[in-house]
Amino acid sequence: MSGALLIRGGRVVDPSQSIDEIRDVLVVDGVLAEVAQGIDPPEGAREIEAKGLVVTPGLIDVHVHLREPGGEHKETIATGARAAAAGGFTAVCAMPNTDPVVDDPAGVGFVLAQGVAAGAARVYPVGAISVGQEGKRLAAIGEMVGAGAVGITDDGNPVMDSGLMRRAMEYAQAFDIPVADHPEDLGLSGVGVMNEGLVATRLGLHGKPNASEDVHIVRDLMLADLTGGRIHLQHVSTAYGVEAIRLAKARGVRVTAEATPHHLILTDERVEGFDTHAKMNPPLRSSEDREAVREGLADGTLDVFATDHAPHHYDEKEQAFADAPNGIVGLETALGLGLTHLVGEGLIDLPTLIHRMSVGPADAFGLPGGTLAPGSPGDVTIIDPEEAWTVDREVFLSKSHNTPFHGWELKGRALFTIVGGVVVWQAGA
Amino acid sequence: MVERRPLNQPRSSLGKDLVGLEGLTSEQILTILNTAEPFKEISERRIKKVPVLRGKTIVNLFFEPSTRTLVSFEFAEKRLSADTVNISSSGSSMVKGETLVDTARNLEAMRIDMVVMRHGSSGAAKFLAERIDSSVINAGDGSHEHPTQALLDMLTIRDHYGKIEGLKICLVGDILHSRVARSNIYGLLSLGAQVAVCGPKTLLPLGIGELGVTVFSRVEEAIQWADVLNVLRLQLERMEGGFLPSLREYNQVWGVSRARLEEAPKDLLILHPGPMNRGVEIDSDVADGPHAMILQQVTNGVAVRMAVLYLLAGGAPDTAEAAKEGVEV
Repeated sequence: MSGALLIRGGRVVDPSQSIDEIRDVLVVDGVLAEVAQGIDPPEGAREIEAKGLVVTPGLIDVHVHLREPGGEHKETIATGARAAAAGGFTAVCAMPNTDPVVDDPAGVGFVLAQGVAAGAARVYPVGAISVGQEGKRLAAIGEMVGAGAVGITDDGNPVMDSGLMRRAMEYAQAFDIPVADHPEDLGLSGVGVMNEGLVATRLGLHGKPNASEDVHIVRDLMLADLTGGRIHLQHVSTAYGVEAIRLAKARGVRVTAEATPHHLILTDERVEGFDTHAKMNPPLRSSEDREAVREGLADGTLDVFATDHAPHHYDEKEQAFADAPNGIVGLETALGLGLTHLVGEGLIDLPTLIHRMSVGPADAFGLPGGTLAPGSPGDVTIIDPEEAWTVDREVFLSKSHNTPFHGWELKGRALFTIVGGVVVWQAGA
Repeated sequence: MVERRPLNQPRSSLGKDLVGLEGLTSEQILTILNTAEPFKEISERRIKKVPVLRGKTIVNLFFEPSTRTLVSFEFAEKRLSADTVNISSSGSSMVKGETLVDTARNLEAMRIDMVVMRHGSSGAAKFLAERIDSSVINAGDGSHEHPTQALLDMLTIRDHYGKIEGLKICLVGDILHSRVARSNIYGLLSLGAQVAVCGPKTLLPLGIGELGVTVFSRVEEAIQWADVLNVLRLQLERMEGGFLPSLREYNQVWGVSRARLEEAPKDLLILHPGPMNRGVEIDSDVADGPHAMILQQVTNGVAVRMAVLYLLAGGAPDTAEAAKEGVEV
């Protein structure tokens, strides 16, 4: 970490400070030292010429499944952290639905230690809300925060008991962490495996209605209002859900929310032909829902662009649709998809995308970083916004290749990923 | 990678597989129905066997219990002189944890020509068809399609009315979980019929009307409208999922009874894919009445499946008559 790194002449986009100008960025001893024009390189500083490139705060993905412990055939913390770095992310939040569940300080410590050992993107553990994610009694929330957890969630097995959810939101306030929820009423979802609608009806697949998500979004907003707690709503996919969050924010409810690349870009039409790479939870929705999620991301109702990176071994997805597991990998495609399909199509401008990938997620989980302000961690992402490339799942650093975007032509990708002043990933290196 | 022998060289007018009726043209569906006509007679002979598929190997791979469909396929295959093997889920390697892909690849490594598959997951037939060279015939996949059932239903309707086009056909019952309903809807619409569905809203899938069918919530309305009722089997476990209060109530509100049929402006043809729950979705006096085509459906099932097997093996529709007399495909 010692030494200096000077990134010269790039277009610095730092939404946390409303900077969008040609500047130099200096990192000294792992910490952001200065953002200015014409910085003189300190003695022995490494220099990166960034002319024509975009220099941003290190990107953060607050929703990834790294599968370790228990699912190491799908991903490990090391492969996931490297895949994150290759996608331009300097930090990720690891979900606790592993085997065993991360519901105690030992589990949190294990994830942290594996993350440090990986030496790639930073890995922030998120602990479980309930013991074993069983939704019955609170996990050791305070101890987990003491060990380094940055939030709690029962993602993957959402809390059905609204009373317990209320207690979690109340209890978590002592530690100033968000309670993150995968909003889904499992009773309404039933045996559904995709979005309920015409495509499901035609294919003879059971559907999950939007209401299965909306009911819990509204519940969580009401509980946040009741308790004064912080709720972070994961992977919002419905029009009604976006509108409910918009109204709650106007009321002053402490809510942050995510949109994923796939819900912003794809619809349930993609399930046509029973493609298991279009199977995720929440499911791909209608084009009206997709439009609402896009508007929500653009107007800031949805603060965070997060991948829900969900690796699965290839033969687990190589099954009949209903039998295949939910989820797709996202770390190595998110930035390119955002640049191409959100910025490139004019939905949002580049600083807005970077906002949703840096200060937005940092604020949602109270993480250091997400900014180039002096004194913050020396985490920087350098992006070539013009580079055309083709998604090739065979070259992913992730252990898993389950993506519906294989073969897509994208424009823009990370060239350097810098964590604490150290280049942890460099394109082509 | 095991080198694969090119199988089924003579590509049929249906393509390699029959996974569903959605996507088939009306010409293709009519070809199957027309090809079934000459095959009907084989089952009426004293010696019910012709050498059309001699030397072909067919596996009947049934991951769900079935009696009627399996037996019907097996008779069709045997009357065409194919060599057949039946594999059912109990006792198969599937229950030992083998994946569908591995099961299929193992079978194909034994050089089979066709697989007839019943599977509990929608899309399983297409999944298999995309991964093996052998022809795949869907004998029911989840709630998706059961194409040979719909074909035998259509053949039975055509036998009676001499046509399909313009007829009003209503499917009654559990549309949500029914592969029979979907295949009938796709096939009948393709042939120009008017199609309706009728049942409690808990058993009607969202957006069903957008497929181009009329939706009736009460069976009395359907009876006023239809020429044909295709009464679907009600799975007795539907109360568990909260879809229905009771079988008794289902019979009282949606059951097809003689009293209800007497209110119809014309005689209705009654179909049922079986097995029937007498006194639930259909009353005995209807099932045993003069307008019930239920056993005719079963008879036609063998002929339709012979036609499908013959066509997928590369047989030409216009030589089906000659094929009966000893010409191999």
